[in-house]
Amino acid sequence: MSVLLATHGLCKSFGALTVTDDVSLELRTGECHALIGPNGAGKTSFVNQLSGLLAPDSGRIEFLGQDITNSSPAARANAGLARTFQITSIIPTMTLFENVALAAQARCGSSYRFFRPVHKDRQINALAGEALERIALTSRNDKLARTLSHGEKRALELAMAIAQKPRALLLDEPMAGIGSDESGQLTDTLLMLKQDYPLLLIEHDMDAVFKVADRVSVLVYGRIIASGTPDEIRANREARTAYLGDET
Amino acid sequence: MRAAAPALVAFMFLAAMPLLAEFWGGSYVTGLIMRAMILAIAALSLDLLIGTCGLVSFGHAAFLGIGAYTAGIAITEGTTDLATILGITIGISVLFALVTGAISLRTHGVTFIMITLAFGQMLFFTFSALSEYGGDDGLTLWERAYAYGLFEFEHGLFYTIFGLLVAIWLLLDRLRQSRFGRVLLAAKENSTRMETLGYGVFGYRLTAYVIAGVIAGIAGALTANEAEFVSPALSAWQRSGDLIIVVVLGGVGRRSGPVLGALAFVVLEEGLSSLTHDWRLIFGPLLIFIVLFAKGGLASLFERRQA
Ligand SMILES: Nc1ncnc2c1ncn2[C@@H]1O[C@H](COP(=O)(O)OP(=O)(O)OP(=O)(O)O)[C@@H](O)[C@H]1O
Ligand SMILES: [Mg+2]
Repeated sequence: MSVLLATHGLCKSFGALTVTDDVSLELRTGECHALIGPNGAGKTSFVNQLSGLLAPDSGRIEFLGQDITNSSPAARANAGLARTFQITSIIPTMTLFENVALAAQARCGSSYRFFRPVHKDRQINALAGEALERIALTSRNDKLARTLSHGEKRALELAMAIAQKPRALLLDEPMAGIGSDESGQLTDTLLMLKQDYPLLLIEHDMDAVFKVADRVSVLVYGRIIASGTPDEIRANREARTAYLGDET
Repeated sequence: MRAAAPALVAFMFLAAMPLLAEFWGGSYVTGLIMRAMILAIAALSLDLLIGTCGLVSFGHAAFLGIGAYTAGIAITEGTTDLATILGITIGISVLFALVTGAISLRTHGVTFIMITLAFGQMLFFTFSALSEYGGDDGLTLWERAYAYGLFEFEHGLFYTIFGLLVAIWLLLDRLRQSRFGRVLLAAKENSTRMETLGYGVFGYRLTAYVIAGVIAGIAGALTANEAEFVSPALSAWQRSGDLIIVVVLGGVGRRSGPVLGALAFVVLEEGLSSLTHDWRLIFGPLLIFIVLFAKGGLASLFERRQA
């Protein structure tokens, strides 16, 4: 298994608050690597650095053997690094289908095209349709994204990520705010995604994490305090006191 | 189609205007309508920024000044070929848009408004300082540009402006529905998301800014020909404000908005100013009234409410 995405000694502080403390982490082909940790541990900040929304203070990020530490978010996305957001981030005024089509469009050649109506673009619509087929959404395609239920917005984010044809997926709490009835279905979706994409999964739902992840790293105060297989983490005392508590 | 209908009806009405003016109003009416059509072209270009990109430029009249002074100076210096004049106008507009856009598009919200205002005023003072070309007083032109005999026909200028208006409307209407347009519209709502989907939003916005600048530059060159007079006031912030008013009045981001807004603006301005010198005192409240009661501007009055 080769390393797709790696950080080397990544550090980030907001003033006196250290949110990423010398983090070196790897994502390999075919695996799901879960990053867990208490609220405010710095998980989202870490993903923001990976996707280019936040500049690290020091350290390096490598993706597919290239140093992307200083690449723009768009360049990283185009290199194949896709992400979803803990707080749903979609285009609320566009339809469900248009949101997915926007993700697909970035993979279908130049968008500096000014005349042909985009809604008739077969290449884009086919790619968006494929992604929507894989993520079952019960709503109609022409429904405005802002009118979707919370659960469907979460699913829409996943569909957008797939339509990007990514080489690796960063999922920041895909189950945030999802009820227990829907979480089982979403866990199945994650298992399905894992077949095709290496996943860096941030998640508070431990049932899902232990079901899907091949490797788990525990982040506390910006530091990785433990890393190993799900069973090793379950048995790790430090990890349990820091985070897992009564859940296991 | 429904959203485009008011504009199409307006175009048919405009096309018939020179004929109608034979019976009533004559060259006074055709002159008024020519001004309205030029204003519509400028407003269309500004709505590309406001309606499609969410960028409120308060210095868009700078491009009107560029086009007008290019035409004015060229004609004064003996270059009267319209194609040449438009070519130079487009070139200068592209340069000015690239430079000012590259700077202003790095800012957002109020800062963007202020910085575009500053660039506009910069140009206003530059034109005011052109003492060989009239300085503060402006520049009177002794002839119009020449376009392969086009203007020799009666109403040649009228139909040139009309043709450009229709062509630009069509072009921008297509653009809004293209790949490029969809990226701009989405980035207006959520530019961070667009970045993480792989779109360098800055480049798309800069391109839109250049396109808008070029179109407004063309409107400026037409203004010079229609009025046979150019003055620094064309690029002053008040003029930029008028353009924003036209866009809001017509309906931001609506297919027929800028065309309806420009027609209404010119008619209101002309009607009210013939009543009183302080016509803006009436115009202001009227505008507020329209914006309050027709949130999407005049265009929304013609569009059926969506469920
Ligand atoms: N831009 C910022 N400026 C200052 N502090 C920030 C900023 N962004 C995040 N923080 C702080 O950094 C810490 C880590 O935040 P982060 O969102 O990365 O945590 P998290 O592990 O994702 O938490 P959660 O599980 O609640 O999502 C928090 O204390 C947060 O308040
Ligand atoms: Mg978080």
